[in-house]
Amino acid sequence: MKKLFYLLLAFFGLGCNFSQAQVQKGSVLIKNATVLTVTKGNLESADVLVQNGIITQIGKNITAPTGVQAIDATGKYLMPGIIDAHSHVALDVVNEASAPITSEVRMKDVVNPFEIGIYRALAGGVTVSHAMHGSANVVGGQNATLKHRWGAKDPADIIMQDAPRTIKFALGENPTRVHGRGNGIQPRSRMGVEAVIRNGFNEALQYKKAWETYAAAKNTKGNTLTPPAYNERLQTLADILDGKIIIHCHSYRADEIYMLINVAKDFNIKKLVFQHTNEGFKVAPEIAEYTMGASVFADWWAYKMEVYYSTAFNAAILQRNGAITSINSDSAELIRHLYHEAAKTQRYGGLTDDEALAMITINPAKQLGIEDKVGSIEVGKQADLVIFDSHPLSSYAVPQMTFVDGIKYFDVVADKDDQRQLVSATEMVEPIFLRANEEAHRCMQDVEIFLDAFDVAFLKEKH
Amino acid sequence: MNRILVLFCMTWIALLPSVGMAQIDGEFVKPRTGKFLLKNATVVTVTKGTLSNASVLLENGKIIGVGASLPSEGAEIIDCSGLFIYPGMIDGGTRLGLVEVSSVPETVDYSDVGNVTPNMQALTTVNPNSEAIGVTRVSGVTTVLTVPSGGLFPGTAALINLNGYTPDQMYGGFKAVAMTFPSSGRRGRFDRRSEEDIKEDGEKALKEANEIWDNAKSYLELKKSGAELSYFPEMEQLSKVLSGELPLLIEVNAASDILSAIQWVEGKNIKVIFTGVAEGWRVAEQIAKAKIPVVTGPVQDLPTRQSDRYDTPYANAGKLAKAGVKVALRTDEEENVRNLPFHAAFAAAYGLGKEEAWKAVTINPAEIFGVADQYGSVEVGKKANLIVSTGDPFETRSQILHVFIDGYRIPLSNRHIRLYQEFLERSPGLKAN
Repeated sequence: MKKLFYLLLAFFGLGCNFSQAQVQKGSVLIKNATVLTVTKGNLESADVLVQNGIITQIGKNITAPTGVQAIDATGKYLMPGIIDAHSHVALDVVNEASAPITSEVRMKDVVNPFEIGIYRALAGGVTVSHAMHGSANVVGGQNATLKHRWGAKDPADIIMQDAPRTIKFALGENPTRVHGRGNGIQPRSRMGVEAVIRNGFNEALQYKKAWETYAAAKNTKGNTLTPPAYNERLQTLADILDGKIIIHCHSYRADEIYMLINVAKDFNIKKLVFQHTNEGFKVAPEIAEYTMGASVFADWWAYKMEVYYSTAFNAAILQRNGAITSINSDSAELIRHLYHEAAKTQRYGGLTDDEALAMITINPAKQLGIEDKVGSIEVGKQADLVIFDSHPLSSYAVPQMTFVDGIKYFDVVADKDDQRQLVSATEMVEPIFLRANEEAHRCMQDVEIFLDAFDVAFLKEKH
Repeated sequence: MNRILVLFCMTWIALLPSVGMAQIDGEFVKPRTGKFLLKNATVVTVTKGTLSNASVLLENGKIIGVGASLPSEGAEIIDCSGLFIYPGMIDGGTRLGLVEVSSVPETVDYSDVGNVTPNMQALTTVNPNSEAIGVTRVSGVTTVLTVPSGGLFPGTAALINLNGYTPDQMYGGFKAVAMTFPSSGRRGRFDRRSEEDIKEDGEKALKEANEIWDNAKSYLELKKSGAELSYFPEMEQLSKVLSGELPLLIEVNAASDILSAIQWVEGKNIKVIFTGVAEGWRVAEQIAKAKIPVVTGPVQDLPTRQSDRYDTPYANAGKLAKAGVKVALRTDEEENVRNLPFHAAFAAAYGLGKEEAWKAVTINPAEIFGVADQYGSVEVGKKANLIVSTGDPFETRSQILHVFIDGYRIPLSNRHIRLYQEFLERSPGLKAN
């Protein structure tokens, strides 16, 4: 009997696995916190009730429904889960550097839920990250938006299934180095980058037209047309033209940013976000007018030529010009303190607390098309929350607890030190990584086999 | 007539500069020295407590007065009411001035060809006009150790002040030979050596280090005995470490390597400073017992092992200090040395505490480098390296309002600031053709 029970349970479990993404949702009441809603101001000693993964009530003196745990956050700060619009955490592979356009590949296929970087990001209050393809190709692969449900074993369980599709584009030094200088094919210059994009979209238009012609002819009498060959690469580009995918474009210089704005105008593309965008400040009015904004570093510059003429005031200038602006990490290290990176906009440009916090919450949510679900503390939104011991924009702030869908995945006091979910059975001694910059910055990971030794030496600068 | 002619000529001479400068617009503000009285501030001396409503008097590059009422004759008075005065921060390990754009090899000068090049001088290659220097000093970092890296003995590091037009004007009076202790760590994903290979490489490198050391020893003995030596600049420089003239900066990070390094140093009777020391917290007691001072950092870094608690790099400095190790901080950066105060804040928040964190970026590095008579606190007689801020400079919301280096008042401008000034409100703005 007992055996049968376990057997049935096993089948039930299997069934759960097949029904995909059975993500856990929790209920919790956080009491007496200074609530930084980001979109609706700050509330002093307020309570936030979460039921079944959703924020259901915000106010004072809320009593916990039976079975819901209450957490006393007196003297602490509660903010929305931090969203990183540019990350490579939890990806086993980053670049498919085999062609200037590889729109057919998907980061969903290489998500690794066991990577310790997910927990480390949670310990920095980051609940959502945009796991991007690298910057080797002009048109890279399709990205995955992740929810940091640490402990999940199925990659599908950490993918935010209700997030829209996004794709990586890349301009400038990286694609021209890999393809032009590395392989002797277009693009070798920023002119070539534009040509690759325009050619790609024009080919996609022809592809779309071929299918439309076939679809129209299919049901007519005496039709002799056969369907065109299916092409995932062109279909994805056609989906971009149809507004189904948001472009996230790795870019640095003002000229190339302006170029892509013009290309987008010509092809009637509205869903465009610039990534890195170090010289975005030079074309801030254009970015504000024609795009979904820019996702930038707080202060990185000078690691390569195209970021030499940068300024740490970039985010502030973009913000003041009305562009949607977010601060991202692109680094397994920086993702651990994005709250601090956002705070640098106060040193460099004097942004307000709300403006600075928006850069790591609601603004990246907008750029990922998930602002109706996450990015602020509002009734009806998914309960991704972080408790800090002091104001999150203070350099001394220490994240205390991080929740995704109302489930606590990080607790500064209760968590054990070793958080590995998977330990290699063949590893005799644990490896020690020292100043492992390539571990932190993976924009150009997996490109080395495409380049000669000389270029590999310069892969240490990878953004 | 004559008078008219003189007047005419005088007018022309007076106009000359403006005529000659016709294509140049605007004014360039240069660093300038003089006598300055910084009045009515809260002075955080670091070594002698915090003084409220106090003033600081600077002249000839030195601090000549700290206290409540100081004479103001001949001094330019800067009202610091409601503001804070701190000593300028010292970064204990950078590549500042040695590199301009990291990915452009023509601008990278911190490492040369060869494994044993202790005679490579960081000070020679410091570019006083590096953009990164202007970007760094407005953050309150006024002095840095700039260090060559690469091989076993990559070169000689130098302490520099972030003001001056020649390396000699910048020189801060401390040099040390850098050594990269043979490492048992991996450099990252690219490093796919087997465990045996890593061990073997480490042993081979240590053997080489020992051979070189023995050679330097013989060189020094021969030199002392007055022997006629052929030109051997590498040994000449290393022998200065053996004789105690120059300290040895040993870059060492993995716990087992730190223990080997302690052992290696034992009995050598040389001045040693450990740098990096990422896993120092695992062997903090042993480092303290060996009485070796440490320059650790970056603080904002990844843990060295997957199994480590997420905050080990943040907490490292605090744990070292608690064990009794003298700790200074470094960014190990080039263009972003300006983040030193934020690294210090993280160290403070994760166990070091604010007061010790301040020491770790001021008086501690000064003492470790043997220049505490000149640097590291706001005290009479010390070099006038100090900053004035609206609040705690470790906080991003505080603004640094004045920076003095070597008694020079530094203009609060650099390319980042100028670009902000130009582009905040671009003109023309958005304009369709």
